[in-house]
Amino acid sequence: MLWTTTIVGLVVLAFVVVAILHSRRHAPAATHSTSERSLARSVYAATGVSVLILAVLLIASIRVGGGVEHLEAASALTIKIVGHQWWWEIEYEDAVPNQRVLTANEIHVPVGRPVVVKVTSRDVIHSFWVPNLQGKRDLIPGYTTAIWLQADRPGVFRGQCAEFCGLQHAHMALDVVAEPGQDFDRWLAGMRKPAPSPQTDEERRGHDVFMSRRCAGCHAVNGTEAFGQMGPDLTHIASRSTIGAGALPNTREHMGEWVKNPQVSKPGNQMPPNPLSDEDMRALLVYLELLK
Amino acid sequence: MNAATDVLPGEQDFHRLERTWRDPNSLVGWLSHVDHKSLGRRYLVTAFGFFLLAGVLAALMRLQLSRPDNSFLGPDLYNQIFTTHGTTMMFLFAVPVMQGLGIYFVPLMVGARAIAFPRLVAFSYWMFLFGGIFLYVSFLLNAGPDVGWFSYPPLAETLYSPTKRADVWAQLITFTEVASLAVAVSLITTAFKLRAPGMTLNRVPVFVWAQVVTSFMVLFAMPAVMVASTALILDRLVSTHFFDVEQRGDALLFQHLFWFFGHPEVYIIFIPGAGLVSTLVSTFSRRPVFGYLGVVLSLVATAFMGFGLWVHHMFATGIPQLGRSFFTAASIIIALPTGIQFFCWIATMWSGRVVLKTPMLWILGFFTIFLIGGLTGVILAAVPVNIQVHDTFFVVAHFHYVLIGGAVFPLFAAVYYWFPKITGRLLSERAAQIVFGLMFTGFNVTFFPMHILGLHGMPRRIYTYPAAMGWGSLNLLASAGAVLMTLGVMLFLIDVVRALRSSQEAPDNPWDASTLEWATSSPPPHSNFLRPPTVAGRDPLWENPPDQPVVVGLRTDVRDVLVTHVLDAEPDHRSEFPAPSIWPLITALATTALFIGSIFTPWAVVWGAIPVFIATIGWFWPKRPDEGGTQPWPSRRTLPHPNEAPAAGGTI
Amino acid sequence: MSDVRTLDVSALPPGAFGSRSLMWWGTWGLILIEGTAFALAIGAYFFLVTRVPSWPPSGVAPPNLIWGTVNTIVLLVSMIPNQLAKRAGEGVDLGGVRLWMVVCLIFGAAFNAIRVFEFRHLNVTWDQNSYGSIVWLLLGLHTTHIVTDFLDTAVLTVLMFIGPIEERRYIDVEENALYWYFVVLAWLPIYGVIYWAPRLI
Repeated sequence: MLWTTTIVGLVVLAFVVVAILHSRRHAPAATHSTSERSLARSVYAATGVSVLILAVLLIASIRVGGGVEHLEAASALTIKIVGHQWWWEIEYEDAVPNQRVLTANEIHVPVGRPVVVKVTSRDVIHSFWVPNLQGKRDLIPGYTTAIWLQADRPGVFRGQCAEFCGLQHAHMALDVVAEPGQDFDRWLAGMRKPAPSPQTDEERRGHDVFMSRRCAGCHAVNGTEAFGQMGPDLTHIASRSTIGAGALPNTREHMGEWVKNPQVSKPGNQMPPNPLSDEDMRALLVYLELLK
Repeated sequence: MNAATDVLPGEQDFHRLERTWRDPNSLVGWLSHVDHKSLGRRYLVTAFGFFLLAGVLAALMRLQLSRPDNSFLGPDLYNQIFTTHGTTMMFLFAVPVMQGLGIYFVPLMVGARAIAFPRLVAFSYWMFLFGGIFLYVSFLLNAGPDVGWFSYPPLAETLYSPTKRADVWAQLITFTEVASLAVAVSLITTAFKLRAPGMTLNRVPVFVWAQVVTSFMVLFAMPAVMVASTALILDRLVSTHFFDVEQRGDALLFQHLFWFFGHPEVYIIFIPGAGLVSTLVSTFSRRPVFGYLGVVLSLVATAFMGFGLWVHHMFATGIPQLGRSFFTAASIIIALPTGIQFFCWIATMWSGRVVLKTPMLWILGFFTIFLIGGLTGVILAAVPVNIQVHDTFFVVAHFHYVLIGGAVFPLFAAVYYWFPKITGRLLSERAAQIVFGLMFTGFNVTFFPMHILGLHGMPRRIYTYPAAMGWGSLNLLASAGAVLMTLGVMLFLIDVVRALRSSQEAPDNPWDASTLEWATSSPPPHSNFLRPPTVAGRDPLWENPPDQPVVVGLRTDVRDVLVTHVLDAEPDHRSEFPAPSIWPLITALATTALFIGSIFTPWAVVWGAIPVFIATIGWFWPKRPDEGGTQPWPSRRTLPHPNEAPAAGGTI
Repeated sequence: MSDVRTLDVSALPPGAFGSRSLMWWGTWGLILIEGTAFALAIGAYFFLVTRVPSWPPSGVAPPNLIWGTVNTIVLLVSMIPNQLAKRAGEGVDLGGVRLWMVVCLIFGAAFNAIRVFEFRHLNVTWDQNSYGSIVWLLLGLHTTHIVTDFLDTAVLTVLMFIGPIEERRYIDVEENALYWYFVVLAWLPIYGVIYWAPRLI
């Protein structure tokens, strides 16, 4: 399409330039009928060529569109994405309820297998878009639609929300990690496991900080008493590469910054500041690193 | 056909005529103006003012985006700025400026003394101005709308936008749509009923056709955004459930209603531009535009088809395949009528003798820029491409190419073309070439890189982006282009001020053009034409024989206007037009109070209606003859029965 | 001077009825605008129908048929005095205009009053659900028209009694009748949608 339109554009512009030069060199035709007729013939011819080109482009668009959007159901992995301001709630569906996986902001997919992504939103309209893998699909509250994608090679593909959704629309990213089938299966199995229990004193202290402060009110950790639904599921937070849907890289130092005051790196987001003593903070961070 | 020679008005009559048609310029007088030339100038100047304000907002956005992770503007202010920029450009600049050109020039081009419904046009100006002031005062009070110029729910609903910001947006729509609808009705009536005798429909100038077609589009498109914005205000103010999911409302309903307006809106902006191009290509090729019928029918076809495209703004929402294919087809096919116009323009230039004066430079700029924009539009019509570049800077590039190329460049051409007619002064050719160079270069440096940024994945409406994405250098380049454009606009303003203060006067017809506005002085007298013309062809000043009749017999003591028949412009009857009146302003103030009040309480609609009602009575109530109003008509019945044949007023 | 020909229009009348008058065009402009708004609101109604399992939603009764049907009859009958007022205007018959416009106003008062009962017997409020919202919007849009039509007919009637009466006021009488026709005829599809669609879907 790009080539066709570029050529058309250059040809039309060339005609404009030639028309101007031609007019300045020759005396104006006294608008008599033969020259008007031959001009008319040229306009008809140009119109005819345009019709042909547009028809070709139209047919090509429809055929490619069909190919790209075709939904493959048979051996597809199904992932459900629910949009929130400003993070992605992700669920790996399974017929067996306790095999379902809940996570956030990072998706893993097996290379070479079609994946069906069902999308909706809990609040405003968002848009799921991973440019290297597929076109975008809006997440609209009240609607659940499906889009399929397939990664043909391993790698990490970045996505970003593509429908203006408020204050931190600019910082609502997600990662799609495509890995070979066996690695993916191993990952999924690990995601199904609940959080490990704290072993050391510091881990226990961190666990207590998490449960007794506000964290558990908003965040869920599978296998503990934390059932909060307002924020992302943190059962496997340590395995993710970013915090806050791409706001910060996931390191101990950045996690400390984030927990202390998320408003600094993502102002306006829904998570409040959490002033903690230095010991509590360190313990909490140690505990969070347990949640792989 | 009278061949009388002593029926022509003498000096005395001209003075009385001008006195009758002159709108006074005291303070109250200025606020009571109903002269279409005065109102047209106001529309143009005010719309330009908003263009400058929106340009400042654009400069701020470009500053913020020039570097990754920039902290010049925070998200809240950035969101208000991009929303206000888009809202201003679409509602307070692009449509009003084209309507302003129509208000000034359509009556002149059809040979009339006035625009139909002058007080309605005055009212519409005040509504436009007050709406714009309302928007910017809100912005300065940190209550500027911040959810995009399209304001989608649920984001725009109270739950996610609890402040008054979204209400400001919704009411701004009401102000500007009321204004545009009023002007559309006036322009249609003027073009159909006030034409000079002899100006049959196939002799109507292309620019007038463009304004008529646009006005019809306004009539059918703007109600859609009115319904959408009214429903949004109702959701926010009195808890209706049009768009919220909990109570079975639907977020996509808003999108359908909005884009049913939104797509025709861009043709409402472009079609007058296309009319300008036909006018200027004809004048500066020194020949009538080639393929008049094809050009006019293309405008009409574009208007019709423009109503069948709107879902192409919603390809990413998951609509079924059949719908996607239909709207792709419509979006591709609409390129055809515009293409036909392009071919006719090329044919006109080919067989004419092109004079490359300033207005023509801008037309060449249009050819380049609009062509690119139109072609990227064809690209966007393809769904597989669209779902990748939708909501990215590729789209931002596309629409700036079609809107700036298709409307702003023809607008600048029109400004240079008609400045002498409106002001009686000439702009500098030299300065104009520099302005063009800065604007053309600056525009392309700003917006061309955005195609690439979109293809590289940069979404729209983000206040910043990470350095790792690699978008920094193209963004910096785009911001540099914005500097050039700013310089161009500043130089243009300096030249305008200089010209207005100079004493060098412009002749009646400096470009040797063919349409009727050039048959009168620069600027025109208050009565437009001391001797209203008749026409015998499509390009009167090139084709009229030297003894082409002029109209006589209109009264000089009241504002007497000749009304002709729709199809063949045969003289039909005379109509007395209103003197200057303060009532349009008062009605506009009352309506403004109602509109602003209603974002705070629904009772404002009830109580606010009372002053509006009183003001409209004041507007329509006729003056008694001894109050300096209407002169008494003869006591015998003079109005013809409805089924009577039209009076024989003479033929040409 | 002697080579300029003239077209003398001084014998032309100072006004004309029907599509020859500018007000006719202005009124038709308004009709197109408001008609489009009504059509879009009806479109929105049917769009919302597709989004719910039952219409009206379960537990909500359709609007009471009596008041709506009575008002439809009143509106339709009002076209008779309206047409007579229009004819009187075209005949420049002041007595006829005064009589029939007053009769129109009586009908206008009646259908505005009955409209209050229609609202009260819709069996749903605007803030209950999307069905309630769209029904109230449709009825509300039309009500705006019958209220303003009544008011501007009233003002014109008063003017035809107390003056100053010029000949072109008779053209206003004719155009007012045109608008009245629009308000009545536009009601028919809206009546069908509000009162019958929930019963037939």
